[in-house]
Amino acid sequence: MKQVVLTIKENVKIAKDVYKMRLLGDSLENIKAGQFVNIKLKELYLRRPISVCEVDGNELTIIYKAVGEGTKYLSTLRENHKLDVLIELGNGYDLSFTQNKVVLIGGGVGVPPMYEACKQLLKLNKEVTVVLGFNTKDEIFYEEEFKNLGVKTLVTTADGSYGHKGFVTDVLDEVDFEYFITCGPEPMLKAVYKKTTVDGQMSFERRMGCGFGACMGCSCKTITGYKRICKEGPVMRKDEILWEG
Amino acid sequence: MGRLSVNLCGIELDNPIIPASGTYGYGKEFADLYDLNILGTFSFKGTTLNPRFGNEGVRIAETPSGMLNAVGLQNPGVEKVINEELVNLKKIFNKKVMANVCGFSKEEYVECARRLDEQDIVGWLEINISCPNVHGGGMSFGTNPDMAYEVTKAVKEVCKKPVIIKLSPNVTNIVEIAKACERGGADAISLINTVLSMRINIKTGKPIIKNVTGGLSGPAIFPLAVRMVYDVSRNVNIPVIGLGGVSKAEDVIEMMMAGATAVEIGAANLVDPYVCKDIIERLPSLMDELKIEKLSDIIGKAH
Repeated sequence: MKQVVLTIKENVKIAKDVYKMRLLGDSLENIKAGQFVNIKLKELYLRRPISVCEVDGNELTIIYKAVGEGTKYLSTLRENHKLDVLIELGNGYDLSFTQNKVVLIGGGVGVPPMYEACKQLLKLNKEVTVVLGFNTKDEIFYEEEFKNLGVKTLVTTADGSYGHKGFVTDVLDEVDFEYFITCGPEPMLKAVYKKTTVDGQMSFERRMGCGFGACMGCSCKTITGYKRICKEGPVMRKDEILWEG
Repeated sequence: MGRLSVNLCGIELDNPIIPASGTYGYGKEFADLYDLNILGTFSFKGTTLNPRFGNEGVRIAETPSGMLNAVGLQNPGVEKVINEELVNLKKIFNKKVMANVCGFSKEEYVECARRLDEQDIVGWLEINISCPNVHGGGMSFGTNPDMAYEVTKAVKEVCKKPVIIKLSPNVTNIVEIAKACERGGADAISLINTVLSMRINIKTGKPIIKNVTGGLSGPAIFPLAVRMVYDVSRNVNIPVIGLGGVSKAEDVIEMMMAGATAVEIGAANLVDPYVCKDIIERLPSLMDELKIEKLSDIIGKAH
């Protein structure tokens, strides 16, 4: 973990309630796909954890949905505003697996971490397919960005207003893959878990206190024992997940 | 002896800054950020005789100027703490650590404290009779003067090291509880633990925290903590450690003027991981501004 000051270069709406923020700063070189950052916002006591979408040189991109007090405030900030940010949080995706055909499955605000993962997998010469799931057409973002990376990109909407009607799991039969990486709402993760027969990694979300393993606020049970979502997670291997409830 | 040093129950602290239990684990997360030896000491995660996962579901909620937690004493149990956490800590920390002990019965407190008292690296035992997030233990010992007396006396009988009793603010008369602990043989008092509180999600109409209630910490409780430290320190003849919402060097000065010999810093570590280091570095210049020569001179200045 590092504490850095980042400067907002751009903060724009890219879909319904969804914003893309580009941040400039130093010391970003060790950030991994699947990690998150934790942002201090004036007036609010707890930091706000947001997943990393892309890191490129001295530029970090995050994408967030303005739903609560913190993210709504974040959406009002303009360029040149400086933010106190903790970076390099969480374990991130382990991309050392040997399988070659990988599917990346993102649901809603679980889409952004798929982007950096996609870039890294392409560098490793993996054959990547991307499946993006949204509720409706207005919420879709980053379809073009993934296509521009040269990967096959399938989009699903629950209401059928764009792309394939249904859920991400409804199109998986059309994809040839030996490994999966996914991030999205827990019901989606559970559906992917049940649907897939191959190994993979899933990124989880929990309410956090600190985001770096000190408070035990986000602990969960796994097959291999207790884990902190913010420290030993947010990414877990399929074979260690223990579904609660 | 530097101008920041204070004496806590016969052990000299280089400065009065002590990260509070439950916000600092067993040190290793912060050792990645700075050298732990700059601290006065720290109070490690509340430890029980047996391992505990703690409470299920959502454990954290935000509040104005603070947060609620209902972690519920997640810890690996005293033997694993001794055999793993303290072994690792010895490699990076050359001072005495404060062992925070919790339990669900007098016998459990005694056994857990006895085991930790035997460890060289432990300098003090901080007996947490004030955790609001567990049922059938914790705070129930700290809200009744007779039970507070009993558990203090029982722990004192088996421990050679100074015993600090950590008190709950969730009482009508904090002085009465503190005096009961003093009669039981406590070497010091630390206060305050978190304030029993609650938040409700107005979209669902349900409590945010699955445990329903949680403990409030952060700047929201600082004035309450100052008042209680002031009241207790005027009425007992043992040192008082002040905590509750301390977030900056100015708060440390205020807490000591209220009567604290040392100061613990809790929730602030979670939002600003360098806060203890920053406070220790800031104190000398703040003391110059306030014309304070030695920190130990201001203890109880407001009395």
